[in-house]
Parts: sequence; C-alpha cells; structure tokens
Amino acid sequence: MSTPANNSRSTPLRALRIEGDMTIYRAGELKTALLAELKSCQELEINLEGVSELDSAGVQLLALLKKEAERCNKSVRLTAHSPAILDVIELLRLAQVFGDPLMMPSNPGARA
Amino acid sequence: MNVDIEQVLPEFIAESRTLLQELETALLRLEHEGADADTVNAMFRAAHTIKGSAGVFGLDPIVKFTHVMENVLDQLREEKITLTADLVNVLLACCDHLSALIDALEQHKELSDPDKDARAQQLTTRLRAHLDTPEATANLPVEQPVSVEARRNYNGEFDHWHLSVRFGRNVLRHGMDPLSFIRYLGTLGEVAHVTTLLNELPDADHMDPESCYLGFEIALRTGADKQTIENAFEFVRDDCVLRILPPPNDLSRYLERINNLSGDTDRLGEMLRESGILTEGELDVALKFQGSVPETESQNKAPPLGEILIQQGAAQKPVVDAALDKQKKIREHKAQEARFVRVHADKLDALINLVGELVIASASISLLALKSGNTRLHESSNTMGRLVEEIRDGALHLRMVEIGDTFNRFPRVVRDVSKELGKDIELIISGADTALDKTVVEKIGDPLMHLVRNAMDHGIEAAEVRTARGKPAKGTLRLNAFHDSGSVVIEVGDDGGGLPRDKILQKAVERGLATEGQRLTDTEIYNLIFEPGFSTAEAVTNLSGRGVGMDVVRRNIQALRGTVEIHSEAQQGTIVRIRLPLTLAIIDGFLVGVAASCYVVPLDMVVECIELSPQHVQDTGDHNYVNLRGEVLPFIRLHEQFALKGAAKRRASIVVVQHAGHKAGLVVDELLGEFQTVIKPLASLFNRVQGVSGSTILGTGEVALILDIPALIHQAAAAHDQQERKQRVA
Repeated sequence: MSTPANNSRSTPLRALRIEGDMTIYRAGELKTALLAELKSCQELEINLEGVSELDSAGVQLLALLKKEAERCNKSVRLTAHSPAILDVIELLRLAQVFGDPLMMPSNPGARA
Repeated sequence: MNVDIEQVLPEFIAESRTLLQELETALLRLEHEGADADTVNAMFRAAHTIKGSAGVFGLDPIVKFTHVMENVLDQLREEKITLTADLVNVLLACCDHLSALIDALEQHKELSDPDKDARAQQLTTRLRAHLDTPEATANLPVEQPVSVEARRNYNGEFDHWHLSVRFGRNVLRHGMDPLSFIRYLGTLGEVAHVTTLLNELPDADHMDPESCYLGFEIALRTGADKQTIENAFEFVRDDCVLRILPPPNDLSRYLERINNLSGDTDRLGEMLRESGILTEGELDVALKFQGSVPETESQNKAPPLGEILIQQGAAQKPVVDAALDKQKKIREHKAQEARFVRVHADKLDALINLVGELVIASASISLLALKSGNTRLHESSNTMGRLVEEIRDGALHLRMVEIGDTFNRFPRVVRDVSKELGKDIELIISGADTALDKTVVEKIGDPLMHLVRNAMDHGIEAAEVRTARGKPAKGTLRLNAFHDSGSVVIEVGDDGGGLPRDKILQKAVERGLATEGQRLTDTEIYNLIFEPGFSTAEAVTNLSGRGVGMDVVRRNIQALRGTVEIHSEAQQGTIVRIRLPLTLAIIDGFLVGVAASCYVVPLDMVVECIELSPQHVQDTGDHNYVNLRGEVLPFIRLHEQFALKGAAKRRASIVVVQHAGHKAGLVVDELLGEFQTVIKPLASLFNRVQGVSGSTILGTGEVALILDIPALIHQAAAAHDQQERKQRVA
C-alpha cells in the first residue's frame, strides 16, 4: 500500500492506492493501515488499479471498510477496479453491496 | 421372452390377479359408499402396478390398456372427474378385460387378436369419454403422463439448486478460500446467482482479519446430483454449515424416486440417501446430532431423524413425509412377507403325501412295539406317534385356506346379476375366515355360483311382490361358513319366497321322480330339485331354469365327500346348506373288524358304540332297527352289506354313526379302536361299489376300506322306511 504525499489528519478527502495482493497473508497489515486511514478523514477513495489478487480475506476487508464508514457517517469509495477485483465482485455479486461505479474491462472506453 | 422372465411370469400373473381383485372390491365399495381418497388411491396404485409390471415383461397390450385406466383413475384421484355409475360399470368391464388378458397370458395365448383389440378399443373409448380433457390426455406419451404435465406448468426458475453455506471462522487460517469453492461450482453448472452475506462481520475492533465471516446463498443450475454438489465443499465440510436444497422441480422427481425405492432398507436415512435426497455427509451429521441428544427420563426419546433433517434443512418436509410413508409401506410389506411364504401347491401335496406315509409307518411301528412287549420301545413309539400326529395336523393346516377368497367374487356377481334381473339385492358375507382344504375351496366355487344365481333368480321375489308380502323391497342374500364337528358348513341363504313345495311335487310326479300319493317329507321333496333334469322355473332365463345345475351342484359336492341339503320355509326364504369334510387327505378313523376284514369309520361321525345284545336280536327279529333309549335306530349289518363269508360272532357291536342330523347303526364283529389314517382314493374300477369312499393301509400292511357313512345312513334310512311301508300295507 502506498499513500500519496498528502498526509494531514484533518483532510476531509483522502485518496490512496493499494498495490499487490489483497489476501489473507496481508490481511492483518492492511486492516490496521486502512482503518487508520479511514479514521483520519471523512471520505476515503481507494484506487484498486494495482491489486493483483483478491481473496475472501480481502473481500472482508473491503466490506469492513464500507461498514465502518457507514457507522461513522463517512464514505469509502473504491475506484479503478483491477481485473482481479472485478472478477471477484462479479463472482460474488458484490457490485450492489459496495455500490461503487464499476468500470468493466470489457468497456475500456468508459475509463476515466 | 427370455427364460428368466418366463420363470417370474407366474408371479406377475398371481400378483395381477390379486390387484384386479382389490380393484374390483374397491370399485364395489366406492359404488356403495361414495368416493373416498384412500380407496381411489389404492385403485390408482393397483392399475399403476399392473401397468408397471406388464411393462417389464413387454406386454404392450396390457400396458396400453392399463394406461388409459390409470389416466382415468388419476383424474378421479385428483377429483377432476367424479365417479358415476357408468364409470364404475366401465371400470368393472375393464377389470374383466384385464382378467381375460391375464388368463390368455397364463394359457400362452396371444394377447393381441382382433377380438381382444376390438374389446380394448371399445373400452378405452368409453373410458376416454370420462376423461376431463379426453383429447389431450389421450395424446400424452405413454411413459410419464404426470410429470410431463408437471413440467409444463413450471418455468425455468424452478430448476435451480439452492445452496446455503456459512463458512467457519478458521477456514482462511486452514488455507482455504471460500471464493475458490464458488468458482468450482461454476464448473458443475451455471452459478445463476450469489448473495454474499456479510452480516456476520463484526465491527472493526472485534474483527479478526484472518477469520472468515462470510456466508453465501447460491443458486446453481446443474445436472449434477446432490452428492456431487456436496463434494465441491469436501475440504471444508467439517468447517462450514452447508445446506443443499434440490430444485423445486426435482421435488416431484424425488417423490417418484422414493416411491420406486427397492425396499431393501427400511431405514429412513438410508432411503433418503438412496434416492439422492441426502448425502452421506448430511446423514452423518443428522445421525450424530440425534445421538448427541441426551436421553433423559423426562425427554425419553431423541427426536426422530425426519424431524432433525427438516430442522437442519437437509431435506424438505414433503420429501421426508413421502419417505416416511414409503417406510411404513416397506415395513408393512416386510411384515407381510415375513408372515407369508409362497409355496408351490405341488410341493405341499408332496409333503402331505409323505406325512401320510409317515402316519402309516408310525402306526406299523406302534403295532410292532406293542407286540414286542418291550415297554420302553412302546413308550418311545407312543411319543413318536404323538409327534407324528402333530406333524400331520400342522401339514394339513398348511393346505387350509380361508374361504374368503372364494366368497370375494360374489359381491360382483350379485351386483351384476341383480342389475340384470332388476332386483335390489344385498349380499351379506359372514365366516369368510373359515378355513378349509385348498382343493375343496377351489372346487366349491362353481357350485356356490350356481346356488347364488339360483337364489337371486328364483328365490328372491321381485320388489313389488316383496312389498305386497310386507317384506323390505331390498332382498338379502347371505353367504355364511362355519366349522361344525369335523366338517365345514357353507350356507347360501335368501329371504325370498321359499321353495314351492306343491309345485315341486307335481313336477316330480310329471317327471316320474315320485309317484302320486307317495308320502314324502318336506326335506325329501325339496331334495328332489337335485335330481337330474328338474327345474321349476316358469320362465327359462338367461341365468338359470334350464334344469341343468342343481344335479350338477350335488354331484360336485358329493365328489368332495360333501352333502347338500335344503331348508325352506314359505315366504321366509331358503337356505341351502353344504357340508364338506375339512380335509380330503387324512382322517381320524375308528377301526372295526367284520369277519376277517377291517373297515374304517371316520371318527368324527361316530357317536357311540353299543352292544348288540341277544335281547336286541330277539326284539328286532328280521327288522333292521333297534330301540336306542327310546329312539328308533336303523342299522346295517356290514356282514350282509359286503357279503362277507365267515360266521358272525356271537357278540356283535353296533357303532352308532351320525351325519347331517341322521343316525344309523353299523353292526360289526369287533371294535378295534381309534386309528389315524390316510385316505387313498379307490381306482375307478370300484366307483360303483356302494358304501365305500376310499381305502387305507393298516400298520400291518393290510388294506382297510373306509366306509362312506352318509351313503350308508341314507341306505339304512331308506330300508327302514321301506319296511315301515311294507308293514303298513300289510
């Protein structure tokens, strides 16, 4: 996970990018880091473009973030889903649960 | 048809006959008591079973025909159509046609010839007329009329399996990824829908990122069976809660499968597993749960498996119910199988023959033992004799069947004949459980049929006449059977007008069977109707009245060593009473010696033995009767009867015998005691010998003749009457 330079605690909007695997092996580390990020802002935008693998643990983490945000009246947006992410969202029919606009790889023209 | 099938064909024939009989009984019951679901179901099942079995044998004419019947019964079952009198008639006619087909099958005749086909065609047309939607049903494919309809009614959504899975907390730590299982399901078929359940997910502080909180509801469209689907979760089977519900469409398939279970097992779990409803794993879990419920005093029993399965969602209620139903049937069937063994009648006859020989051999041994004077030998021969006697009784009982089977054909006969005659007649059957020898039961059917038809035709009056005579318009016909001192009595009774005594006498005189002015008792007059060529019916109907019949009835009954008599009362009714021996094979006899020969008197006819004292001889003179405690007892001297040489002993005895209410005495030289004996029929050469019904072999190897007591009593009575008449004339 890499966090863009801007790191002030009071910023309402935070954008971050997750790189590499979102799997059980990194679940503990990711949970701590992501929750910390969420605490520091009102609105968290997570760029998933660089996620190469997502497993159940990763799905749970994303779900946890969404849930936590809702509890605190914050919001977590997932953007730029990588093919690995899209595959799982499609498999588990999570699109509606997460509620983020998806950019389907089959429709690359729509990408921002 | 191959050899194996040929061998089980008799089973099919026997089974079909039983089913047809049930079908007929059910129809008659419905006609009387109106439709009830159980009976209609039973009828449907009977037709269905016949069709199914016939299909196995490739008996297409039967399959095709039963199929139409089945359709009608099915609609009747679903209450789409109602049971009308006409439908009952058609269905009964269908039963008859099927019976005819089964008969043809047994006689190795063709099942399809123009006659039969035409009849089948005619009946199916009539049947189809009763169908709710005649055309549509008629065009349905023969194979699966019900399920085709069922499938048409549902659309695609109903063929999804529903999987409900909750993963255990440790799944991820064990290196499993729930996603991979769902991916794998995709290889079995189409994962039509997934709902991911996240509600187990705790809040951030309590959430362990390495624990699994996921659950899924999955709709899967696949051709795979439940076990295969369950196998997809094999690696996490112990670490998740999995419920697999079959597609609603399959429900009917499961029900069908349950119905078609072989019946090898009567254990609910095994049955459900065998029909693919439960998987091995589900069954284990449920059984473990059942085992884990503590059996305390207050809750004395663990919940039944069916309940657990429904609770755990492993099986749906309708399926479990169907399985429980089937289980009950299998158990009943097993119980019945355990109670009855089908044995070929020939084997039974062979056994009885052997037992007969054993009885003779044992008698011989007992005789020798007695002569040898060896007390211990005598004792053990006595013991053996007793055992042999028990074996004999047991063996004979094997041949005993209830007369109910014969009676069962009469409700139909009475129904048909009373319709034909336009009379309202009720049949009351009693004593159907009276048992008698199988051969007798088989041969008594025809004479009974005659008597029943006669009673309905001549006995019971037309309704107007009955009302005029102050009787209920509905006539009653009774069939009754009971045991009476070593014989079986079968009665055919009606509450009709009774026999016309004078008309019979007049007719008898016309036919030269009696002379004018001859003094005859009522019984004698009534018995005249058993003479050949006698009929009093004023009109010859299609049923009776041709004058053949009653004499044949009597001949048939006499051939069974039985007798028939008539009791009739004007305006009150007539009872024809048939008296038959319990068994044809072995009797308890009473051995008597006359001159150098031995004779056997059936023991159950012996009343007492008295001494023919010189005083008696003096009293009687030439007359062949004695005074038995103030009663006139006609007797026969067996010496004279069988023209035996050798001087009569000085002190003779009289054996008093009784049959059908008449007594007579037999004068013999010696009383030799009780003796168990096997009846050996006499060769046809001796058919004309009067007063002898069979022969037997004594322990000494000598032959003894068995006396035909009814004939002798008759003879004695006749001789006595003649003497009386002579006296009167003189």
